[in-house]
Amino acid sequence: MAFTTMVGAKIKRREDPRLITGRATYVDDVHLVGGLHAAFVRSPYAHAKIVSVDFKEAKAKPGVFAAYSAADLKAAGFEGSMPTAAELPGLQKPMHPPLALNEARFVGEAVAIVIANDPYAARDAAEAVVVTYEELPVVIDMEKAAEGGPFVHSEIGTNVAYEMPMKLGEVDEAFANADLVVKQRIVNQRVVPCPMEVRTMLANWEPGPAQLTLWASTQIPHLLRTNVAMMLGLNETKVRVIAPEVGGGFGAKLQFYAEEFLVCWAAMQLGRPVKYIETRSECFQNMTHGRDQVQYVELAAKKDGTVLGLRMKIFSNLGAYNYMLTPAIATFTPMMAPGCYKIPALESHLIGVFTNTVATDAYRGAGRPEATFLIERMMDLLAAELQMDPVDVRRKNFIAESEFPYPIVTGLTYDSGNYEASLAKVLEVSDYAGLRAKQAELRKEGRYLGIGLSTYVEVCGMGPSAAMPAPGWDSATIRVEPTGSVTVMTGVSPHGQGQETTFAQIVADDLGVPIDSINIIHGDTDKVQYGVGTFGSRGTAVGGAALKLAIRTIQEKAIKIAAHQWEANPDDLEYKDGKITVKGDPSKSLTTAEAGFIAFRGINLPAGLEPGLDATRRFEPPNFVYPFGAHICVVEVDARTGEVKIVKYVAVDDCGPIINPLIVEGQIHGGLAQGIAQALFEEAVYDESGQLTSGSFMDYAIPHAEQLLSFETDHTATPTDVNPLGIKGVGEAGTIGSTPAVVNAVMDALAPFGVKHIDMPLRPEKLWAAMQPKKNGQVHA
Amino acid sequence: MPQIEIDVNGAHHSVPVEPRLLLVHLLRDKLELTGTHVGCDTSSCGACTVLLNGESVKSCTMFAVQADGSAVITIEGIGASDALHPMQEAFWKMHGLQCGYCTPGMIVSAVDLLRRNPDPSDDEIRAGIEGNLCRCTGYENIIRAVRSAAAALRNDESRHSVAELLPVGGSN
Ligand code: FES
Ligand code: FES
Repeated sequence: MAFTTMVGAKIKRREDPRLITGRATYVDDVHLVGGLHAAFVRSPYAHAKIVSVDFKEAKAKPGVFAAYSAADLKAAGFEGSMPTAAELPGLQKPMHPPLALNEARFVGEAVAIVIANDPYAARDAAEAVVVTYEELPVVIDMEKAAEGGPFVHSEIGTNVAYEMPMKLGEVDEAFANADLVVKQRIVNQRVVPCPMEVRTMLANWEPGPAQLTLWASTQIPHLLRTNVAMMLGLNETKVRVIAPEVGGGFGAKLQFYAEEFLVCWAAMQLGRPVKYIETRSECFQNMTHGRDQVQYVELAAKKDGTVLGLRMKIFSNLGAYNYMLTPAIATFTPMMAPGCYKIPALESHLIGVFTNTVATDAYRGAGRPEATFLIERMMDLLAAELQMDPVDVRRKNFIAESEFPYPIVTGLTYDSGNYEASLAKVLEVSDYAGLRAKQAELRKEGRYLGIGLSTYVEVCGMGPSAAMPAPGWDSATIRVEPTGSVTVMTGVSPHGQGQETTFAQIVADDLGVPIDSINIIHGDTDKVQYGVGTFGSRGTAVGGAALKLAIRTIQEKAIKIAAHQWEANPDDLEYKDGKITVKGDPSKSLTTAEAGFIAFRGINLPAGLEPGLDATRRFEPPNFVYPFGAHICVVEVDARTGEVKIVKYVAVDDCGPIINPLIVEGQIHGGLAQGIAQALFEEAVYDESGQLTSGSFMDYAIPHAEQLLSFETDHTATPTDVNPLGIKGVGEAGTIGSTPAVVNAVMDALAPFGVKHIDMPLRPEKLWAAMQPKKNGQVHA
Repeated sequence: MPQIEIDVNGAHHSVPVEPRLLLVHLLRDKLELTGTHVGCDTSSCGACTVLLNGESVKSCTMFAVQADGSAVITIEGIGASDALHPMQEAFWKMHGLQCGYCTPGMIVSAVDLLRRNPDPSDDEIRAGIEGNLCRCTGYENIIRAVRSAAAALRNDESRHSVAELLPVGGSN
């Protein structure tokens, strides 16, 4: 059989047959004998004292097994706090009990857990729990919260969780010498991740072997195991976490939720399996939200468009508690604010603030979309001020291809890039010149076309351990079985990203084994060596890199085995087209399977070589990776209604060499949809009393098919030397690049009305209102 | 408890149900057909879509008792992995899914769309699946998949009626 290359090919996903036939197993599809069901009693107030919790009526309901409040946890000897992994200088870490203790601090916070033999019975019982609350003053607005009381945590006497000031380069000089300073207040609104599968969990305690198994819809099975074991005071080896099929995460399942602890604790109390499947309404209120920053930005520049310096004051709304990475997310924003540009001086003051809302944490992009949006809006505002083409302002300030690796002013070092190439490509593919001509033509007819550009760079492949709140490495094990089949165990935990396919493609090529004989195992801490998980566009950039290292170790051993058979020097052998051959002499060859069988049989091995052909390797990234790209969005705004129609979207992304174009394109599509939706539709709204008024799919606008268009995608491919695959990761690129492209397009459309900036989401009523003053006499309403 | 008679994927069931039991919970929890998913509590997402007497319905929006005497086809009845329905083939080929959670409902809705309109335009496909939410794919490849399945089904002369369209090869 001729050798075929899998890497780079559009291979259909190997995970799909089970998913398209309804045979996949998500957490709620796991049924255990004797299984019980949990329901939660949740605070209807954003801030309230819990005076009493009365279970009398609830416990009398049919099918009810148990009900617990914070007092019951305490009585059973548990007084711990949910953990946060984030470490920042001066960070306030108020206690975060798994069930609200004395006070509830956001609407939806769990106050009690009720367990019954059926989910309907559990909910009936939860409704029968009588909680007496005493309302406390509420703080929702992050800027007001930063100023003083009322306090979310009165015991710390401030709502400011941390401050991160930085002053880098000659900032004062830059602003003093500037020809102009562009200023803007930018709101990067709070959004809700909304994976289609909500938070789901099932815990089973088997007293015989003393083993706790938690099935959870999570992106981080191993980190979850460690945290569960620590919270419960169990040996870590007694805890097994299984992430079966996971219906999306987007950062919100990079978490250890109180409910996950509570079902484990309850299962141990009762000696029965306990399952909890939240409702979508609970998910809106309790799953972490994303973004939510207010940014005051100043950009200093010369008349020719050269940027001299950037100043920012950024408020980050943390919500009521520090969850896993809550305080760390926004720190990416000032760090990445320079974007693709040579900005020599920067000053930033980041303030993390507690409010009576659910915590924010990672959401697709996590701190970097906020950076990209900030700088890409400012570049357009600068262009408008100077009456320059947004393309030219960007070109003026781009880091040139020859300047990589490039250290930016905040201390990060961009690995590789060619920003001009992706910009040139997007201009060509979109016919930018033609679009501008069309725009001018349509304006004469009173039609408002807008063309928006964004050139982004993002940081991903999370990341060097030293730069992360958690370990940054990941792992892979490869086992060549006696029959030549290959088992791979990866420490990352894919949930839609398709690594069962892409990792098999890599192994098939490098070890010359048929793809069908490769099994990729993930998401079970009893099967897989410790791994860190899937988030921060790291699955392939870090987990795939570990796989590549393991492949190399297998190859080295297989070569030694072959050399011994042929009485040759291992240095004279190589892997070529998936087989071991003598360099320059393809007539003699040994397959990986053959080497694997010799290693299994245990005879004819070189002296001192252990039997078996397997390897476990870990990859510690020496740096982050920095994918980039250029997007163009074209919109038409209806002057009569303020409605925005996207008429064209072209995305040129560079994530380095591509393993499977089908999957990369899919990641871009999904990212674009989420980024576009933040620009136009999505917004989590808390009213003054702290009620989440956008708490269901009726009120929170994740996009339907009809609201989106067909995207045009293209690529450039600039490799990195940070990892042995040369690849950069693509999970978040679409989201990061698209939001500013859309808003820039709408602002461009509204330029004739003198509109410079409108905060997202760009709903028709806001645009219509902004178009009113100058519209009189020009266009009919 | 009322007893209902229901055909699911060609198999007859006679089951006692609580009057408030939702059809989706009957399918998932009592009949153990877990391919049909639940994504919301406001009848908004379509993850729970099944065919009821040949037409798509959101099974979270009906009580099981309302389906008494009906014939239901779930994703498991649309096709099994050794006998995929052309719509399933198309979702696979065009990479119309990522996490797969919306997929069973999406496929069932798309099958129903082609029953009503065998040759839909892209806009008609977008309108046709507007009751189904997907957070992963941006819908792009779902549209491509439905278009590709429509072409495959039109070219396949062996299947011209709804009855023959469903089910192709599955069973429960
Ligand atoms: S579960 Fe969302 S519509 Fe039925
Ligand atoms: S594939 Fe994940 S929601 Fe559609």
